[in-house]
Amino acid sequence: MKTETRHEHFEPPSLLGTILRKLHIDIPLFIGLLLASLLSFVILYSAGSQDMDVIIRQAQRVGLAFLLMTIIAHIDPYQFKRYSTLLFGLGILLLIAVLIMGQIGKGAQRWLELGLFRFQPSEMIKLTTPMMIAWYLAEHPMPPKQKHLIVAGLLIIIPTLLIAKQPDLGTALLVFSSGAAVLFFAGLSWIFIAAIITTLSALTPILWHFMHDYQRDRVLTFLNPEADPLGRGYHIIQSKIAIGSGGIYGKGWLGSTQSELDFLPESSTDFIFAVFAEEFGLFGGLSLLTLYLLIITRCLYIASQAQDSYNRLLASSLSLTFFVYVFVNIGMVIGILPVVGVPLPLISYGGTSIVTLLSGFGILMSIHTHKKFR
Amino acid sequence: MYTIKDHSLENRLFLNRIVTSFFVIILLTSGLIVRLIYLQIVGNEHYSSLAKDNSVKIVPLVPTRGMIYDRHGNVLAENTPSYSLELIPEQISNIDETLLSLQTLLAIPNDKIELFQKLRKRQKRFVSTPLLLSMNDEELAKFAVARPYFPGVDIHTHLVRHYPYSDLTAHVIGYVSRINESELKDLPISEYRGSTHIGKLGIESSYENDLHGKTGYAEIETNVQARLLNTLNEVNPEPGGDLYLTLDINLQKTAYDALNGFNGAVVAIDIKTGGVLVFVSRPGFDPNPFVVGISNETYQALQTSENQPLYNRALRGLYPPGSTVKPFVALAGLEFEAISPEQQLFCPGYYQLPGVDHQYRDWKKGGHGSVDLNQAITESCDVYFYRLASMLGIDHMHSFLQQFGFGEKTGIDLIGEKTGLLPSREWKLAQKKQSWYPGETLITGIGQGYLQVTPLQLARATATLANQGHVVTPFLVDKIVRAHETSPGPETHKDTITLKQENVNTVIDGMINVIHSARGTAKGINTHINYQIAGKTGTAQVLGIKQNAKYNENSIDFKFRDHALFVSFAPANDPKIAVAVIVENGGHGGSVAAPIAGQVIKQFLKDNNEN
Repeated sequence: MKTETRHEHFEPPSLLGTILRKLHIDIPLFIGLLLASLLSFVILYSAGSQDMDVIIRQAQRVGLAFLLMTIIAHIDPYQFKRYSTLLFGLGILLLIAVLIMGQIGKGAQRWLELGLFRFQPSEMIKLTTPMMIAWYLAEHPMPPKQKHLIVAGLLIIIPTLLIAKQPDLGTALLVFSSGAAVLFFAGLSWIFIAAIITTLSALTPILWHFMHDYQRDRVLTFLNPEADPLGRGYHIIQSKIAIGSGGIYGKGWLGSTQSELDFLPESSTDFIFAVFAEEFGLFGGLSLLTLYLLIITRCLYIASQAQDSYNRLLASSLSLTFFVYVFVNIGMVIGILPVVGVPLPLISYGGTSIVTLLSGFGILMSIHTHKKFR
Repeated sequence: MYTIKDHSLENRLFLNRIVTSFFVIILLTSGLIVRLIYLQIVGNEHYSSLAKDNSVKIVPLVPTRGMIYDRHGNVLAENTPSYSLELIPEQISNIDETLLSLQTLLAIPNDKIELFQKLRKRQKRFVSTPLLLSMNDEELAKFAVARPYFPGVDIHTHLVRHYPYSDLTAHVIGYVSRINESELKDLPISEYRGSTHIGKLGIESSYENDLHGKTGYAEIETNVQARLLNTLNEVNPEPGGDLYLTLDINLQKTAYDALNGFNGAVVAIDIKTGGVLVFVSRPGFDPNPFVVGISNETYQALQTSENQPLYNRALRGLYPPGSTVKPFVALAGLEFEAISPEQQLFCPGYYQLPGVDHQYRDWKKGGHGSVDLNQAITESCDVYFYRLASMLGIDHMHSFLQQFGFGEKTGIDLIGEKTGLLPSREWKLAQKKQSWYPGETLITGIGQGYLQVTPLQLARATATLANQGHVVTPFLVDKIVRAHETSPGPETHKDTITLKQENVNTVIDGMINVIHSARGTAKGINTHINYQIAGKTGTAQVLGIKQNAKYNENSIDFKFRDHALFVSFAPANDPKIAVAVIVENGGHGGSVAAPIAGQVIKQFLKDNNEN
């Protein structure tokens, strides 16, 4: 590998620089995440009927998630690589455990009760799947050969199906895309990509057969929301009304009428973007998208600067998956994608998703701040 | 195999992909932006007017749940008004003061005030918020007098499900309770918008769709603060259908009272139709607290009670049928021509398989001597049936008993029925990984061993026997009455078992002698009747008795005493009602279980003017 020339003569590091290096924090990324979290409090206050308790609870979770991110950023990325298979295997076992307990309890179950808190194995698998695939592909020359692709494909399909069975379509989709993203960055040939897309579309009728009734309803409602305005179509119609009535400049903070009047359900969780777009308009929507783009761009930059194959694949997959998160949620809220249960990353109310997300950013920071210069 | 990596190729490939993904992201984000522009600029006018129209709010109108009646029109489940004290904070000038005076007036405990304060914070100021639920008459009267001094405080009425017969019908009617989260996911959202309760058990659950009704809605005009201004349009809800059951509540009460002091079950079936007349599982429980929200302590007490009151014994209780299976085994013997009615078998008090030491004992020490089929049923001779079972073999017994519904659900219109267990060679090989032993055939012949039945299955098999092999399918709902139409209950399939009538009558003669002959095991119930009852007693072991040990009823713990069983039908020459009784730890079928069935039969035939 080429030796980088810009480090041949060292400048004496500034005090601030030293502290930041010690903290293993990537400042641009950190600022972006902080901004998004602050924005989240602002909008949650409005969406959650101005209940301060909601903000305090969320702030505690976000604080905890930031702490976890910093801790993870301190771990040398070599350790992630080393424990990839172990963590992935553990995650799969826990998923199976949850599924079996769900069968015994005769209902959908997604978590394990651990006394003090609930643990969702599907959240853990969101990170360990790209770790596993990256580890596996990094062992071999890239672009990956056919047999490696088949193994990697299986490693993606297993957790995806286990989660889809829970049934949690949203998370299954995210896990699938995190694994597929690794394949893409490893240099999966375009012919293969085209082949996979064709196969997936051919599989749609089979998938339809295995879907739960409520999942089928969601797809049907997405195709024609007006058909069931009191029931399934309610979310989409109300969310479109909220966003559309926001106009260019929005109705101002706390000015949303749709969520205030309880027309918009799940306004604090999956449908929070509708409240945001109603109150801050197109202007606000574009600003939020820009903030997301800046975060993603920084992540991709970190991936491009990463030094070994494992780090690159993992970093780039985490970046792309974050975008999938954003795209699927906003796409669903503005009515161009079906309603799958995916929260708006960094903004929606809820603890589990933000902890996983910031852990992922912790990995990215670790990769960026642990380079061994030669 | 290890291939040397080409790092510069990998580098180029990777950076290439990073750039590609960046452009894809930009492209897809542009898609989102285009859609946002379409909604917020192009569609702004359209959606703004829709948002204003949203001040016309659609509110669901919840239908009234259907009533449940017994066969004579007695109310088993109704909707009774319940009164709650509600406050509209906006209309009250000093809320703390008002709460304080209400507290002294009505002696409201502090925790209810706190709950109200919490509730109030979550709601808008103009929303009526409950302080007291289900007020009693005294509270109502006290407040009615003081009402003028409390502007903004009022009494509201709503309907609450009520079960007047409480414990008596708890297992068969079931109850409604608050919809929980997992149920909410599978429910049709539009149909249950506004509904708070759903059937959880028994008829309430099995007929949820018929009882619930169809939700209507009202279009209500509200102002910016969501205050009601005007009702524009109303689509009335369709009330749920009223269910008329085949159950006879008086007969049910007779059976329940007769079981007093014991745990057990009684099922009685109208043989002509299959309609269930009595469906008792004792102990019952009061279902009414489940409707308004049962306290944790009450629920825990029910859950952990040794008598298991929440357990539906009639539908889900599994018991060895004991000697009540003998009429069916006898009929199998005749049908397969393994034995003739006149053929006598000698009973020395025990039976041994060739080459085996183990003695299969008769309940009667010293034996019954030589008995034919009729006597064997009358006196419940075990040795006769050991030998008959041995002659028949398990395969024949299995196929024959299966036709009477042993080991199969009866198909009653209640959710949660147990299958029971009718053992066979195949079953044992699959479940126990063992082949079938000849000894197991013997004990199956007297209703012990693996064989397990529910009280409902026993009643059904007896009804089918009484009905000359025309299979009786039990059901509870006779008809569903809606506003504009009445529909019948569930369709029952009408299979017939091919049997020789003379064989059936031979077995029935034996069953008549159980009650009407001097040596019958249930002769105690043949008084005060001018018709004949056919029946069979049974005793099912709870505790295994060792080879040389003696079972002494008085020396062992109550909970290890034998279960007492009795199956019967009447009148024997023109069967109308079949009854199965199981008394847990009751001891003897003849002395404990038979009188209960006797009471039910006598009352039913008297009420229906049979004598």
